[in-house]
Amino acid sequence: MNAYWQCFSGIVLREWLRFVLQRTRFLSALVRPLLWLLVFAAGFRAALGIAIIEPYDTYIPYEVYIIPGLACMILLFNGMQGSLSMVYDREMGSMRVLLTSPLPRTFLLCSKLLATSLISLLQVYAFLAIAWLYGVQPPAMGLLIALPALLLVALMLSALGLLLSNAIRQLENFAGVMNFVIFPLFFLSSALYPLWKMRESSEWLYWLCALNPFTHAVELVRFALYERFNPLALGVCMALTLIFALLAVLTFNPQHAALRKAT
Amino acid sequence: MNALDVSDVSFAYGAREALRQVSFSLVPGRFAALLGPNGAGKSTLIALLTRLYDLQRGEIQVGGCSLRKTPRAALKQLGVVFQQSTLDLDLSVEQNLRYHAALHGLSRRQTGVRVEAELARQALTERRRERVRELNGGHRRRVEIARALLHQPRLLLLDEASVGLDPASRLALNQHIRSLCREHGISVLWTTHLLDEVQPSDDLLILHQGRLVASGQADALSLEHGGDLGSAFTRLTTSGAAR
Repeated sequence: MNAYWQCFSGIVLREWLRFVLQRTRFLSALVRPLLWLLVFAAGFRAALGIAIIEPYDTYIPYEVYIIPGLACMILLFNGMQGSLSMVYDREMGSMRVLLTSPLPRTFLLCSKLLATSLISLLQVYAFLAIAWLYGVQPPAMGLLIALPALLLVALMLSALGLLLSNAIRQLENFAGVMNFVIFPLFFLSSALYPLWKMRESSEWLYWLCALNPFTHAVELVRFALYERFNPLALGVCMALTLIFALLAVLTFNPQHAALRKAT
Repeated sequence: MNALDVSDVSFAYGAREALRQVSFSLVPGRFAALLGPNGAGKSTLIALLTRLYDLQRGEIQVGGCSLRKTPRAALKQLGVVFQQSTLDLDLSVEQNLRYHAALHGLSRRQTGVRVEAELARQALTERRRERVRELNGGHRRRVEIARALLHQPRLLLLDEASVGLDPASRLALNQHIRSLCREHGISVLWTTHLLDEVQPSDDLLILHQGRLVASGQADALSLEHGGDLGSAFTRLTTSGAAR
């Protein structure tokens, strides 16, 4: 048991050291959501009125609405990027080292997913701190309650990223992931607009959004940030995390990437 | 007990066969060179030995432990230096070593002792706090060797470890590994495509087009196939020689 703990803490420590030492990576991950908050949301503020919807008790400005979605966007980008590099060349060297560990591969992969998820949370909280200074201030207790919700979402998205990278050859580069995974997940969700607004425009788009796992991730975080419980979102996120992680671990095989290149 | 037993291993990338019925054994405490031109199948064999790829056919045992049936016991006895550097460049020498110790589940106390010992053995104690990025190629290789030996493996695998080094560093690295082998009884499998890295007393394996075309002591093989190692190698690795 001790060997497992040593291994897990070593993997987390490595991710932490890389995070601390590669500040530019950290800053660039913050630029994206901040642009959405400071520019996009400011521009849209007037165009989009938000009625009173759960979990908010009152009318809210657009910046407040968009925060949970942007927090999840950080996790989405990190999860996809991290998992993609686990399968393809960029991190292949360090993955080779990881896989020479005598501990079970399933444990190593899950540890790696959890470690990168924990580090992503630091980025999310850095973003929430800037948003706080900008004036978007969820209750302090909500920020604490959102922590496990964000961790669950981070795990779900990392596992999904790993599963997709294992399964789909075309996701070899990040542009493919952006176009075919990140953008559809993000835009077909409640991150930028409440679903009832979407329903006003198109019923089938509404259903696509309602079925999108990312919508449930965003809603879980939105409710948690305002100290509310969303059992549907929690159930969906937990179930999907388990399914994605299981399938991702089962389908992870560096051999497949080599075979794809060879054929 | 042999340090390594490879029995009847075959591997294919789809329709392309990379290894065909490869079998050999390494005895403990010996330096064995695996020689082969580019594309001979060396990297595939290393990928199988390090469990990166799953065995399709055949069996591999490290120190008597089957890589297929008891991978944990087998990998514990295996230290690897990969062809391309796998160090974290932004981490210090010591941080890289500690990460590896953690992957092998070593306790904090064990890690401290072994990191000290390996740093001293590779003459890296003074550089322990330097970032790997600041080290030259030869020193980086030494860090990788220290890392590979940290969990005290019986077999050290070096996949074209001298690639990218200048001639002096290449020679120094080769001699260093030989001294580890001699003084500490570690078995070494050194893969290369450079003939001058092989000495007459080495155990030699020659891989060509996925087949093991010769194995034995280097000087005996040389005599048998042409007089000197260069001509023996050329003879064995002209495509017709692959049987």
